[in-house]
Amino acid sequence: MAKNISVAFGGLLAVNDVSFDIPKKSIVSLIGPNGAGKTTFFNVLTGLYKPSRGNILFGDQDITDLPPHKIAEIGIARTFQNIRLFGLMTAQENLLVAMHSHLKSGVFATIFRTKRQRKEESEAVDKAQAILDFAGVGRWTNEYARNLSYGDQRRLEVARALALEPKVLLLDEPTAGMNTQESQVFIDFINKLVAERDIAVMLIEHDMKVVMSVSQRVTVLDQGEKIAEGSPDQIRSNPRVIEAYLGKPKVARK
Amino acid sequence: MVKSTGTSNLTRSNRNWIRGYSIAALVMFITYQYLLPWEGLPLGIYDGINKWMPPAALNESLVYVIMALGLNIIVGYAGLLDLGYVAFWAIGGYCAGWFMSEFFYFLNINFFGSVPAESPGIHINFWLVLLIGGLVCAFFGALIGAPTLRLKSDYLALVTLGFGEIIPQVFFNGEDFFGFNISNGTKGIVRVDPIPAGVKNLGPFDFGWKLLLFIFLAAVMVFISLRLRRGRLGRAWLAVREDELAASMMGVPLMRTKLAAYAIGAFSGGLGGVAFATHVDGVYAERFNFAISIFLVAMVVLGGMGNVWGVILGAFVLSWVNGNGLAAFGSVYNETFGTSIDFTSFTFLLFGLVLILMMLFKREGFVPESRMKLLMHESELDEEESVEKKKKVGR
Repeated sequence: MAKNISVAFGGLLAVNDVSFDIPKKSIVSLIGPNGAGKTTFFNVLTGLYKPSRGNILFGDQDITDLPPHKIAEIGIARTFQNIRLFGLMTAQENLLVAMHSHLKSGVFATIFRTKRQRKEESEAVDKAQAILDFAGVGRWTNEYARNLSYGDQRRLEVARALALEPKVLLLDEPTAGMNTQESQVFIDFINKLVAERDIAVMLIEHDMKVVMSVSQRVTVLDQGEKIAEGSPDQIRSNPRVIEAYLGKPKVARK
Repeated sequence: MVKSTGTSNLTRSNRNWIRGYSIAALVMFITYQYLLPWEGLPLGIYDGINKWMPPAALNESLVYVIMALGLNIIVGYAGLLDLGYVAFWAIGGYCAGWFMSEFFYFLNINFFGSVPAESPGIHINFWLVLLIGGLVCAFFGALIGAPTLRLKSDYLALVTLGFGEIIPQVFFNGEDFFGFNISNGTKGIVRVDPIPAGVKNLGPFDFGWKLLLFIFLAAVMVFISLRLRRGRLGRAWLAVREDELAASMMGVPLMRTKLAAYAIGAFSGGLGGVAFATHVDGVYAERFNFAISIFLVAMVVLGGMGNVWGVILGAFVLSWVNGNGLAAFGSVYNETFGTSIDFTSFTFLLFGLVLILMMLFKREGFVPESRMKLLMHESELDEEESVEKKKKVGR
């Protein structure tokens, strides 16, 4: 899907010639040490940054130059490394905002509350509730997002992304700050998601247990370059990956 | 289940305000239309009303309410600071000046106007001019918004500031605008057509009926504000106010959403402009000065950003103090204590003081929106906490 992406900030090459493909209904992971360019790569995929070189294809469509809201509409949704919910909106409203591009009612329909608009709204509310329930935050419908616990905020953010009805879901460190038990719940949730919906998931994750247990394929970035790609087992034993994470073995120690 | 209660609550709250609002409107209307001219009214009450809230001052306050409600959509809902709102007021005013007076004396266009068909000038029906004024303003709102709304908030505020200076200046010097007289310059356009209202035409002195009209216009803006707020666009505005980046990532088109806020807010400014022109029976360039923009922002902020009732209260109180309240208070004070202090010259000192006090003690405004209250108090807490932490670190 992404081909030969490079992103440069001034003279700094943050992502260098990385190609990437997310197959349908798959779970793939992107890992790498801090500052490897993982989040930058996400930002390019979602249209926040324009790549200096390379193209992003969604199916057959070139989406490289589309603005973020168009990319979201087409079907790429994301969560953020540091949660970015609309804190002073309720859980339900957060989801309804994400449905923006799927709703049609204009200014006049809203002012006069036409039959169609009311129908659309109530359907959207029902759908939002279904997604909230699915994500396990159904009881917080009318609670302000900022009042939820950390774990629930993470779940709500995923729910909000799902409300976009994405084909591809990008999760940026979804289990950061979760304990083992919570992570396990989250793993189950992701598996359920891919099993039940026509969706592909791409993870950025530091928790290797999560990465290794859910991913069908793992890609490793280091300093903006792709240094390895393969199944979890292949990655585990790849010398370049070990090097990137643990450092080069000193010659003297040989 | 959740859905059904949600929708019924929604309609009920909408109907509730309409009832309360109508009663308030009726009380005001009867007081000013029938009670005030009634000969049996005790002289004390008559004098009191005329001193503290004369009909003209009340109507002017309502014009401010109409405009503040529009500005609230821009500032309160979408979180865009607009320091040039007076421009929309001016454009609306001149729409009235152009389309319902004898200003273009060399033309003779009469479209359901309220004056005899043979009178020179353009005379379009008032109700249509309201719409025209609103739409022209919405157009200008979008025009100025399109290139500038990409800017981050502070810079946007600066550009709107410039816009709010340019438009009134153009009208002020408009006697020779590339060879055309578009505004009569400082002389202003005097006499606009009366408002056709069924059985009679409302001239400049029909305060009571015009009061009812202005209350109705304000109600229209309240209605639009509340309805939009609950809908798709209102949610998008809120999301943009909360977190622009996240909103765009969730499929909200930033430009279009902000432009909509700008255009709808400007529309209300146009209504206010046309209404004001009929209120003072003319259009005077010097009325549209920069202070009005700040004044309107102060109304929105003091009243309670994002809450229409707060904004109405803020607009009422501030315009009353500015227009009549302070003067009345001053004369009472001077009579009682035998002094001769010119209270009206302290208007802006007072406003400054009130603004500072509000920011210190009640940042969210008189009648805050529930979300705003949370936000403002949270940040207060954060500050205190961080100060605490600093103290601890310092030790």
